[in-house]
Order: sequence, then structure tokens, then C-alpha cells
Amino acid sequence: MSDVLLFKDIDEPGLDTLAVYEARGGYASLRKALEMTPAQVLEQLEASGLRGRGGAGFQMGKKVSFLPQGSMDKYLVCNADESEPGTFKDRELMQKTPHTLIEGIVIASYAAGAQRSFIYIRGEYVLQADVLDAALAEAREAGYVGEAILGSDHSLSLVVHRGAGAYICGEETGLLDSLEGKRGNPRLKPPFPANQGLYQGPTLINNVETLSTVPAIIAMGGEQYAEIGVQTSTGTKLVSISGHVQRPGNYEIELGIPSREIIYGLAGGPPEGHEIKCWFPGGSSAPVLTPADLDVPYDFDSLAKAGSMLGSGAIIVVDDSTPIVDLALKVAKFYRHESCGKCTPCREGTNWTVKMLERIDSGEATPMDLDIMASVQDHIIGNCLCVLGDAMAMPIGSMIAKFREEFEAHIEAARARAELGLAGVAGTGGVHDPERMQHPGVAYESAQALGEELR
Amino acid sequence: MTPVPRLGNAPHADGWDRPADLEKDPALIPDPATTPVPQELRETIEQLMARYPERHSAAIPALHAAQELHSWCSPEAIEQVACVMEVTPAYLDSVASFYDMLEQQPVGRHSVYVCTNISCSLRGADALLEAVEQAAGEDPEFNVRAFECLGACDIAPMASVDGVYVGPLELADVPQLLDDARAGRAVLPHKQLATRLVADPHANSQEFAPHAPEEGRR
Repeated sequence: MSDVLLFKDIDEPGLDTLAVYEARGGYASLRKALEMTPAQVLEQLEASGLRGRGGAGFQMGKKVSFLPQGSMDKYLVCNADESEPGTFKDRELMQKTPHTLIEGIVIASYAAGAQRSFIYIRGEYVLQADVLDAALAEAREAGYVGEAILGSDHSLSLVVHRGAGAYICGEETGLLDSLEGKRGNPRLKPPFPANQGLYQGPTLINNVETLSTVPAIIAMGGEQYAEIGVQTSTGTKLVSISGHVQRPGNYEIELGIPSREIIYGLAGGPPEGHEIKCWFPGGSSAPVLTPADLDVPYDFDSLAKAGSMLGSGAIIVVDDSTPIVDLALKVAKFYRHESCGKCTPCREGTNWTVKMLERIDSGEATPMDLDIMASVQDHIIGNCLCVLGDAMAMPIGSMIAKFREEFEAHIEAARARAELGLAGVAGTGGVHDPERMQHPGVAYESAQALGEELR
Repeated sequence: MTPVPRLGNAPHADGWDRPADLEKDPALIPDPATTPVPQELRETIEQLMARYPERHSAAIPALHAAQELHSWCSPEAIEQVACVMEVTPAYLDSVASFYDMLEQQPVGRHSVYVCTNISCSLRGADALLEAVEQAAGEDPEFNVRAFECLGACDIAPMASVDGVYVGPLELADVPQLLDDARAGRAVLPHKQLATRLVADPHANSQEFAPHAPEEGRR
């Protein structure tokens, strides 16, 4: 990989201090940006084609341009509530190079004309929030944040705001409500945050990785940046890869490389003796893909064409030792727990999906339940204020569609076991059954064989 | 005729199974004269409110501060925060009950959050949680919880012990993990996330690449 922008010497000792960051040329982009006009900075951002790294993949430059012009209270909020299962790239950035983020925020706020900014970081990231606080104090001291930054007429206040543990606060309007000190319930859109966001003012919300990329774009120029990657997905992307792979972790890739290269090349593929059963290309909210899709280029549009999404860039690999019903139940339970309860399709849909999956494992389900469950997912999608419900419906729907045979076999095996008075098939109830969790595949296969026999 | 049984998961609020007291005065902002607030907590909350254009924004950080003092969001803690922030306790209750990290019940001093989400679960987190629960037993010092994705799937299965991320954990690590937490030592120093290098082999140039993980970066 020739293009390492965000992760360049990321483990250099002391990179989280201002001295080291400046020594390697940090805050030079900010100086450069402040010499331009805000409109010129915005031009660079638009030319870069940078798409939001938080999940939706909306063009960042366009988002900035949606903010109304003129002098008024405008806000910039950095979304550091990284809670999409499988995602841990922002954590690495904030912990190891917090000044990149701060620099990006100051530049973006200059382009957007925002005078107040906030970093909403999830409460669980204690270390990262402490690192950010320390870095912010240094940046303030050095005049990179505060009144009349570096002698220009741009002023910016920045506050690190710690959340308290709620997935929904990663949704932009839920985050805004939470930042205003309320329960993190998403709001009706429109009005979009660009018009009416934090404290009812125009607000730009961007992910940590998006904002951390801004200094690199200013340094190399937007058009230069757009040369990296593929046409509609420019630049590099941090990929968090986890689950059944040999080398889980964060990797910086050029968008558009084959997914196989990431999963097998960088992460080493599944453990020996196992095959990939399915993989989430963009966090647990993305529809699952199968090994047949491994050659899909890893970029926004190619993954969308393959029926999934790039999302937050979190690949979760699941190998053949895991029953699909287990996986579905795990996903559904997460969304049930995290649904804020505001919209009925999501609140009830997540709850009933869990109940139906549990029914499958306890041997009370019939194959017809799969159709009902699939229709529940169809009725969630697009019917809520935010996409949390969709985020469950999409992966569950895709699992039912792609692994229907296994679901049916599971139903049959569980029914057979229930008749014999045995416990559920796999590890679903297995939260408290270590043996079955360690060898869910074995338990599953034996039950499957048993089901066959009885049939 | 037998009464229809109530649903098991019905809201346990007055007005459902019990009559609501409609005569009662609405909840008020606690009177500073009759609500003693520790000076330190008061100052912290006042500083927090000053950070935001709108004081309500300080609700979550203020509840965090009160929780640190009282070990949970007790009615007393809520009352104190409400008094300083000049909001009703009910408003803060509504906030506290929404977030996982704000405790609604008395809990142990040491929090052990075991991540049981997909990536950790695929690597044995459910067995880990059970082992931690068993080892901690009824010890009132500990608050062992299954937690949703903590954002550290690279060190799966992992746990956050008093806010410090450790992993990848094996079942054999559990006793030392609890001992370290109990004694107030650094928890499993060699397994802390803070010392871990980034996985990408292309990230660090030769100059920084070869250093061993235990040297860390500081």
C-alpha cells in the first residue's frame, strides 16, 4: 500500500502530543487553510470527493455547502459515538493522533463558518476522551483553538462531550438531542441538521475519520486526493476487521481493492480448517454477503450493487462453525436493546424478531415463521424516523434470504430435539453454556444429524 | 368473573397497577436551602454548565459526576444535580434511565463490562462473561455486566474494567483481572489496549515498526 494517509507512522511514540505532531508537520494544513478563503477550502473539500466515513457515505463537501451562509450561530459536531458493532477505527485515530482530528475540525469549521464545535465521544472510550482532552488543552494553549486562531478572524470553541452508552446516539439527530442533554431520541427529518440542528442552529455533523482526513486533503489538494481510490469512492479508508480472522485490527486501504485482499491478504482469512460462511462488509447493520461475493471491490457503490453497503467500514467475518440462527439472534438482540422505543415498527419489530428467533431455537417454530419474520423486516424498513430498525431488518432479511435452508434445518433439528426433551440446538440459549459456545458447530451438526435421523 | 391478569412487562408506574396520587404537587426544582450538595460536586456541575451555550447540555456529564460520588444515580444524587442545574429531578430521571452507563440501582464500585456483541461473541465472549460472573460471585465490590459492542473487536473477547480496555482475554485471565481490580492495580498490564500497536503492517515505517508491543508508545 503506497497511500497511507491517516495511519502514517501512527505508532510513533508521543504522536498524541503537540510537540511530536508539529515536528512532523502537523497544523501546517490549518495554516494553509487559513490563508485561503472559506469558499476556497470548501472547493477543495468538494473536489476531493470525500464521502462521509460514518455509515451513510454522503459527500462531505456537499454537506458543508448545505449550511446557510451569513453570520449566525453555526455548529460543528464531530460524531465520535462509534458504537456500530465491529467498528473501532475512530478509537485508534483519537487515541493515537488526536491532533489530526482537532486540526480537521478547525479547518472544517472554517469552511462551514461554525464558531462552536463539539466532539461527542461515547462514554465507554475513557482513555480516548482523556487523550483528546489533553490534546485539546495543548492546542488551545498554542492558539490552534480559541479566539482569532493564528491571527485570522476565525474563532472556534471546542468541547469534548462524553456520552453515557447508547448506540442510538450515533444517529445524527439522536446525537444532537443527547448533546442538548435529553434522551437520545432521533428527530423527524426534514428539517435536516444543516438547517436546524444543535440548539436549532445550522449544524455540520461529521464522523471522526471524515474530519481526520481533512488535513490531508488540504495538504495534498482536493484533486490530488480524488486520484486515490475509484471514481465515486475516493481516497483511503480505514477498515476494522474482526470476528473469525487470524489478524483482526485496523487497516488503511485504498478504496476499490477486492474484498478478498482485505479479508485474506491483510487479515489472514479464517482460522485454519474453517471456511467463511458469511461476512458483514460494513458493520452489523449491513446485509451479509457470502464467500461468492469476496471479489467485489471494496468501495461504496460496488458493495451497494452487491446488495450490501460499506457502512462504517467494519468487516465482521463469520466462519462455518457458527450457526446462522445464533448470529441472527445476536444481531437482533443488540438492536432490541438499543432501540430507543420512539417508533413502533422498530420497537416492536426488533422485539418480535428476537422472540421468533428464540422460538426457532426452542423447537416451536415452523418454516412458515421464516416468511413471517421476513415480512416483519420488510415492514420495518423505511417506516421509522431513523435507520436503527432498518439496520436490524437488512442483515436479518439477508440472512433469511441467503441461508433459508439452514434456518429450515435448524427449525427441524430443534423440533426434533425438543421432542426428545433436549435443549436448544446451538448456542442461542448458549449465553450460559460455554461448552456449546465453544463448539457450537459440533452441537449444531449433531443436532442436524439427529433431525435427519428422526425424519 | 376473574380479573384479567396484567401483562408481566407492564410499566411499573403509578397509574397502572396502583392509583396515581393526583392530589400531590408536581415535582419541583429542589430548594437549595433544604438540599445539601457537596461543595465539590456543585463546583464540578457549575463548571460543566459553563461549557455549553445551554445549561441542559451538562445533564449527562453532571450525572456522571454525581454517579462517581454516589456510585449510582440514587434519588439523592439526582436531587443534588437537579438542585444545581435548576431542573426537575424527573427530567434527570428521564435522562439517566436512557443510558446504559448511568446506573439505576446500587452497584459495586468496580465495573467490569464484558462485551458480548457479535465479534466478541464469535471468539468466546459468552463463556468469558460466565467465568467473570462466577469468579466475582456475590462480591458487592463488583458490577459485572454484559455490554453491547465496546468498540474493541480487534482484542476480542475483551472487557472494560473501570474504563480500562483489556483483551484478548482467556478464561485463565479472569482471576487476575478481578484481583487487579480489587487491589486497585493496573489491570492485566500486558493485555491493555493502550499498549497495542495498529495491525496494519503498512502503517508504520521501518523506524517505528519493529518495536515490541510491550514497549508501547509511552
